[in-house]
Amino acid sequence: MGPASLRSVYPGPGGFDPKEVKREFPIFANNPDLVFLDSAASAQKPRSVIDGTAEYYRTDYANVHRGVYRLSARSTERYEEARDKVRRFLNASDRREIVFVRNTTEAINLVAQSWGAAFLREGDEVVISELEHHSNIVPWQLLRDRIGIKLVVAPIDATGGLDLAAFETLLSRRTRLVAVTHMANATGALVPVERVVALAHRHGAKVLLDGSQAAPRLPVDVQALGCDFYAFTGHKVYGPTGIGVLYGRFELLSAMPPYQGGGEMILHVSFDKTEYQEPPHRFEAGTPDIAGAIGLGIALDFIEELGRENIREHEEALTGYGVDRLAQIRGLRLLGAGQRRLGILSFDLEGVHPHDVSQVLDQHHVAVRAGHHCAQPLMEQLGLSGTTRASLGVYNDEADIDRLAEALKAAREMFLR
Amino acid sequence: MMDLRELYQDIILDHGRHPRNFRKIEHPTHFAQGHNPLCGDRVTIYVTLDGDRIADVSFQGRGCAISTAAASLMTEVLKGKTTAEARALFAQFHARATGGEPAADLPEPLAEEMDRLEPLTGVKAYPARVKCATLSWHALEAALKGSGEMVKTE
Repeated sequence: MGPASLRSVYPGPGGFDPKEVKREFPIFANNPDLVFLDSAASAQKPRSVIDGTAEYYRTDYANVHRGVYRLSARSTERYEEARDKVRRFLNASDRREIVFVRNTTEAINLVAQSWGAAFLREGDEVVISELEHHSNIVPWQLLRDRIGIKLVVAPIDATGGLDLAAFETLLSRRTRLVAVTHMANATGALVPVERVVALAHRHGAKVLLDGSQAAPRLPVDVQALGCDFYAFTGHKVYGPTGIGVLYGRFELLSAMPPYQGGGEMILHVSFDKTEYQEPPHRFEAGTPDIAGAIGLGIALDFIEELGRENIREHEEALTGYGVDRLAQIRGLRLLGAGQRRLGILSFDLEGVHPHDVSQVLDQHHVAVRAGHHCAQPLMEQLGLSGTTRASLGVYNDEADIDRLAEALKAAREMFLR
Repeated sequence: MMDLRELYQDIILDHGRHPRNFRKIEHPTHFAQGHNPLCGDRVTIYVTLDGDRIADVSFQGRGCAISTAAASLMTEVLKGKTTAEARALFAQFHARATGGEPAADLPEPLAEEMDRLEPLTGVKAYPARVKCATLSWHALEAALKGSGEMVKTE
């Protein structure tokens, strides 16, 4: 049974029944007791992605953009077809705006090392926020240490959302780039990126959005958003590990120097001079993760079949249920997520360390993340060394949240007797 | 799966809730900070040496029940020991906590102290938690070396 039929038969909050969707994910058949609440770290893979990737190796595999032979042409066609699927997924206007990379981290490093190093000068400012994952902090620090840009950090407000008023005051003529998350991985706070883009553009700054958490949960339209760069990773959108995407406006990409050198990204090489390919190939040096890209394409098909509005509704409904359910647990403090929270419940259980919480949860077969979530500056700001984070996917339902709540009560009992 | 109470034995829960020697020594002869980058936990170990003997040892920091109990029990068993005895205990404890090759047999009085640490060796069934049990010992080792630097578990 394919996801399309799931929708019509068992309408849930998102128009599909997560119990049926769960059947599409073999991990749950092999781990029947598993309550998986760590999709924000990495999502599980549907059968179509697992089988489709294997099938590609069995039937169409060869290197891409090289061979004259038919098999290579077929492989190339499938790789490039995956690019088209990503273009549609982001509603980019041009397929050449889609660059395959390893993950979000590499996408951001690419922008920092290529666009940043070529177009930024000492004293130019890059604005990030307190909500960022380390992957949207460290690449800019490396660039700062290399060329002397200034890193400016926009604060969060008392609710845990981006403080838009404060953000606006940080923008000036020196601001060249605003690089912020679309949705905070540590708290689930949705950032009002439309406002961020409008404000940044008013000051002539470019905008990069980290879509790692938003892409699996929300419809994303880069043209409507108006952002200049958008990055997301395959393994969080139910696709394989090792493949990610950088979207960049073509005009920007075509002015950017290569990020890495090698095969695939060149037009002509001599020992004196090399001419580079146009985007996106200019940024895809060496043999790419062909199967990863194809697997990502299949994962995006899976998402589109479920329906992205449906997924958002499902996650919104389940997030709401989770907020209510966790509120009933004594001593539990949910981290603020600003005006809108989606798919992530990050919390502190008073008197119990997150590692101990997640250890007890694991005993109840509930998989969550414990720690700083690669957002140490945010944790520091909140006065915590870490939190316990439960995050949702299309296969989760209210029963999973109930199991989480029960396990949390057991944790409290164990440590706070 | 192993019963979680094997990991969280009563003595660990007790020391986790009520850590002993949880204080700063104002003028230690040696101290060092330990940091577990995995969870962001930090512990500072303070030592006052009298010659080669540990006259006083204490700790501060924030951590999980395991790491707090491990530091607390460590300070209890180390008071009055020589630095050589401390190192021998750590070698034995490390071997048992990681399930590695057993270290050299300890002489009788030290073997009894090792028995007190035994409840912590339940972490060997939980590889992600081994560092929680050994962080304070690594910090102690660094403190005794007098490097004064921060030690990491990775």
